Amino acid sequence: MIRLEDTSGGAVSAAIASERHRMGSPTTGMVLTLLVISDEEFQSDATSAGVAAARQHPMRIVTLIPRPEGKATRLDAEIMVGGDEGPGEVAVLRLRGELAGHANSVAVPLLLPDTPVVAFWPGAAPAIPSDDLIGRHAQRRITDAAAATDPIAELQIRRSGYLPGDTDLAWARLTPWRAVLASVFDQEVGPVSAITVTGEDSNPSVPLLAAWLGSALGCPVDVQLDAGPGLTSVVLTTDAGPIAVTRPDGRTATLSRPGVPDSTVALQRRDLAALLSEELRRLDPDDCYASALASLPELA
Amino acid sequence: MTNPLRDPLDRRLPRVAGPCGMVLFGVTGDLARKKVMPAIYDLANRGLLPPGFALVGFARRDWADEDFAQIVHDAVREHSRTPFNEDTWRQLSEGIRFVAGDLADPAAYAELSKVVADLDLSRGTNGNHAFYLSIPPGLFPVVLEHLKTSGLATSAPGAWRRVVIEKPFGHDLESAQELNKLVGEVFPSGSVFRIDHYLGKETVQNILAVRFANAMYEPIWNSNYVDNVQITMAEDIGIGGRAGYYDGIGAARDVMQNHLLQLLALTAMEEPLSFSPDDVRAEKEKVLRAIHLPQDIDRHSARGQYAAGWQGGIPVKGYLEEEGISPDSTTETFAALRLDVDNRRWAGVPFYLRTGKRLGRRVTEVAVVFKRAPHLPFASTAVEELGNNAFVFRIQPDEGITVRFGSKVPNTSSIEVRDVTMDFQYGESFVDSSPEAYERLILDVLLGDPPLFPRHEEVELGWRILDPVLDRWSEQGQPDQYVSGGWGPHSQYDMVSLDGCVWRRP
Repeated sequence: MIRLEDTSGGAVSAAIASERHRMGSPTTGMVLTLLVISDEEFQSDATSAGVAAARQHPMRIVTLIPRPEGKATRLDAEIMVGGDEGPGEVAVLRLRGELAGHANSVAVPLLLPDTPVVAFWPGAAPAIPSDDLIGRHAQRRITDAAAATDPIAELQIRRSGYLPGDTDLAWARLTPWRAVLASVFDQEVGPVSAITVTGEDSNPSVPLLAAWLGSALGCPVDVQLDAGPGLTSVVLTTDAGPIAVTRPDGRTATLSRPGVPDSTVALQRRDLAALLSEELRRLDPDDCYASALASLPELA
Repeated sequence: MTNPLRDPLDRRLPRVAGPCGMVLFGVTGDLARKKVMPAIYDLANRGLLPPGFALVGFARRDWADEDFAQIVHDAVREHSRTPFNEDTWRQLSEGIRFVAGDLADPAAYAELSKVVADLDLSRGTNGNHAFYLSIPPGLFPVVLEHLKTSGLATSAPGAWRRVVIEKPFGHDLESAQELNKLVGEVFPSGSVFRIDHYLGKETVQNILAVRFANAMYEPIWNSNYVDNVQITMAEDIGIGGRAGYYDGIGAARDVMQNHLLQLLALTAMEEPLSFSPDDVRAEKEKVLRAIHLPQDIDRHSARGQYAAGWQGGIPVKGYLEEEGISPDSTTETFAALRLDVDNRRWAGVPFYLRTGKRLGRRVTEVAVVFKRAPHLPFASTAVEELGNNAFVFRIQPDEGITVRFGSKVPNTSSIEVRDVTMDFQYGESFVDSSPEAYERLILDVLLGDPPLFPRHEEVELGWRILDPVLDRWSEQGQPDQYVSGGWGPHSQYDMVSLDGCVWRRP
């Protein structure tokens, strides 16, 4: 690791290049730049998840940590290139004092040329990510409503601030559930007359799944809250009887269908690196997330 | 029926196979244990198999379901690509069954029918089953016959039955037609999936992506710019324990007829109207039809047999000394051949195919070698080290693309040009996300998605091209001996220098 104190964005960029050169591989196959905007609480996990995701998507990870509290205005950097960590490049930057409000100026020289830029807020996120100083550079902006103090209210903020290119990890967490539910409908099941979605209180994925199912199947959804972990069950009422996916332990689900014996489905909760990898697989706007978000009921 | 939860815009949702099961014949074979079983597990681990997926083993062993499950478990533990996960294994193992019996015993097929029918009820496989024949082709007739008479091959309305077969698809045109007829009598052609694992490789599919998604390459992809095309598949291993299979078959039948001709077709074909299976196949068949053999096969082909030698520091036996090989075997372990494609795009461009065992290293590549620039405004000494430009698809290992071109050598007083290469590595831009070819192909079988499987027309066209060469070679007696660990017999160099070309060292 290289430490640079009281430095500049350009110097950090030069330091990464010279470290690459020293290792004998000055050119790289980086496919994108990931900008992580975070406070000290979330930065370490988010950066590590980025490093792990870089195994699938070799990228430059720039973690920007605004530290407005001090008097001195300066930039401190920690740089890691390649090695055991994975193929990516990592720059963790602390923006002290007044600089905290000008993260933009530090990020610009560090963006890789002519490749996508993704912004990720693992903790608190701006109300309109695309309007943010950093968010403006990114074609994909990832937030995590679950990290907010009131995740359900946060989801409403995501909805009102949505612009194409935004996504939220609450949506990515649902993919395995949605895949199982969709596979149920690969056979004829007839019309669904009611849906019950049960899950952990204050887990934003619960109302999001309910909204998606309700709008896709065109029927009312009842949301029940329990102690989790995460989502615990989805029950679809059909003429032939109920179809249920239940996952009490956060690992293995049981799929029950009328007239078919129950079967087991592995449905583990995934870690941040896996979620981030999924997010980075496609960088165009996620229209399905947009329509699920739009069908969320207003908070009472 | 449309699925209300599958929005075409929803590209996060994986393509998951519908309710179905697979019956595996030949469960103890290498291929079944090293490729098929691990691929099934990897698919389950990626969440791509339906919840009630069932795997039935069929063999002449005195096993219970648990014993077979243990075999699968061990194969998965040893060979799977994704990490072992107890939850996934539990899901998969619930659907594992075993039927003990002889391949020729009608009672065993009656038992199999019972098990399959029971799975439809107990696991909800809904009558959808794929029969994977991982057995020597000599046993196909008996198995297919019994699948037919027992009614296993017949699908109920709304359900499917499919059959999966592995190469070799015959050993000449006649036997290939016979096999196709045999399979065709039992399964309709849309239900027959021929596995050529090469076509499941990401890098092979990437040939089409690179050619038809970019503006840069297609304009020079023709005889105006291309000097020759070299398709090489080299193996560093010998025949190993496959003497029984390999002797009498040889390199041309084993590799050239299928893998190399497929690579040629993908490299030379015109742009398909769309990427639908029929459109892609139509273009591939057009190219295969346009191929013609040289007038003088002897001068434009080369064949060889590996002799004893040292390979990578290890002493190795010659082909004729391998166990199970007759000392006067004339089977070739190296084959090279010039082909021409008779159309406007490729007229006059030789396509060289070569494959061999016990060569320098394991590598498969397609190299498109370009003509030299028409005029070089440099002193002749400056370009002495400049060769032909080349565009190379590296199929395996180290998958990617290499472009070779001339660049100025730094720090020389006058301008000097030398060949340099520019590399794209799959492993660099899309690290470790690349699934095994078998995963992709097995999933496609279960989804009923045929574009990556050669149809019998392609197989027969391949034999039509190769049969005259094989006939000619069979009159020539012993192939040239070549030293193990090198790049094959000398005759291959004569064959290309006739046309003023040289082989790349892959």
